[in-house]
Amino acid sequence: MSLHRIALTVNGEYEQVDVPSQMTLMQMLRDKLAFTGTKNGCNAGECGACTVLLNGEPVNSCMVLAVECGGAEILTVEGLARDGVLDPVQQAIIDHGGVQCGFCTPGILISSRALLDRQPDPSEDEIRQALVGNLCRCTGYLRIVDAVKDAASRQRAMAG
Amino acid sequence: MTIDAHPELPEFDYIRPATLMEASRFLAQHAGEARPLLGGTDIFVRMRDGFWHDKYLVDVKNLDGTGEIRFDPASGLSIGAGVNMNQVMASPDVQAHYPLLVEACRSVASYQLRTRATIAGNICNASPAGDTIGACLVLGGALKIHGVDGFREAPLTTFFLGPGKTVLRPGDVVTAVSFPLPPKGSAGTYYKLGRNKWSDLSIVGVTTYGYPDKTAASGYRFHIALASVAPVPLVVTSAQEYLASHPVGPDAFKEAARLAYDACQPIDDVRGSARYRKAMVRRLTEKGLVTVWAKIGG
Repeated sequence: MSLHRIALTVNGEYEQVDVPSQMTLMQMLRDKLAFTGTKNGCNAGECGACTVLLNGEPVNSCMVLAVECGGAEILTVEGLARDGVLDPVQQAIIDHGGVQCGFCTPGILISSRALLDRQPDPSEDEIRQALVGNLCRCTGYLRIVDAVKDAASRQRAMAG
Repeated sequence: MTIDAHPELPEFDYIRPATLMEASRFLAQHAGEARPLLGGTDIFVRMRDGFWHDKYLVDVKNLDGTGEIRFDPASGLSIGAGVNMNQVMASPDVQAHYPLLVEACRSVASYQLRTRATIAGNICNASPAGDTIGACLVLGGALKIHGVDGFREAPLTTFFLGPGKTVLRPGDVVTAVSFPLPPKGSAGTYYKLGRNKWSDLSIVGVTTYGYPDKTAASGYRFHIALASVAPVPLVVTSAQEYLASHPVGPDAFKEAARLAYDACQPIDDVRGSARYRKAMVRRLTEKGLVTVWAKIGG
């Protein structure tokens, strides 16, 4: 079994990690770097609980090899808040009661952040399509969709 | 009862060649134990489920221009094998000239899966259910392949041999999917029937495409490709020939749909029965043809 040494940035911090070929980005984040906010739901690219941003784009981190991430910038749920201030999506999810068991929430937050980065004023349809790959078995999605809508308008207001 | 996530990936060696020739040589030297890796969205699932046991995965997605989309108004479109589906959907050239590819990509899984999934990978995986394959077939797609003897081209129409089986040989790496310029006035649509509205695998997928053509007796040509209803992605040549040679309209679409019904050979599986699939092929083929006809001036 060969180890690969990779260097990457996770939530703005430089990291150097030795990883075996078959280690996924999710395993590396959780087991090597202790970013356990990234959850393992299905390990098959279906549930979205492990969603992180890879160079600004959301991926299922269970479907990416760690070794493929040399030189990459990763953002996990732990990196969303800045200087102790929650991301508008985090605050809106709290305000709208979009969390019940919370297992899917990190992935929902990351997918929503990615949506608002590429589309600051999404329609409800666009929000639902952006969250197709994030399964929630508690909330029925209504409060989550409301929260993302609200986060978008808060973000636009903040941008002036 | 506990429900576990899929197991972790089995042990293998990740190989990142520096050139296409290095990739082809390694894959040829390790035939049967090495596999080219693009997005991995099919490979990792197959490996975790114990179906594939490759000793080596050879990452071919960042080699020699495989990450580019090129459009030439004189010759057409080339999508590098490493281009992911979200990049295809976001390309202004693809949106302007090949909107059917955008529609097909949108039907695949989720946004975050499409950040990794590629059209070339979807084709090479050769699943009869591959959602982008129908669009590639009706648009006249061809593959650029790098093997140990260098580059060659292969049309998609003769690429698929069976579920998961293609004409690719050990050492072959698909580097791009190319398309001719679309005929003037062409339009297409993809009707996908899944167990839910978005993101599921298809129970039945019907791609229809048409354009005016003075060389056809009817004045029009239509292309029809079916997903999930045969051992390979199926082009319905009988229906295509019928529509080229009979007056185009509702009656001809009904007959073409019947020919599609006759041509497909679905199986019963967890997503649907063969009988249901055949009925849906007939319904969705007719619906697709009517939709395309409305777009191209019918």
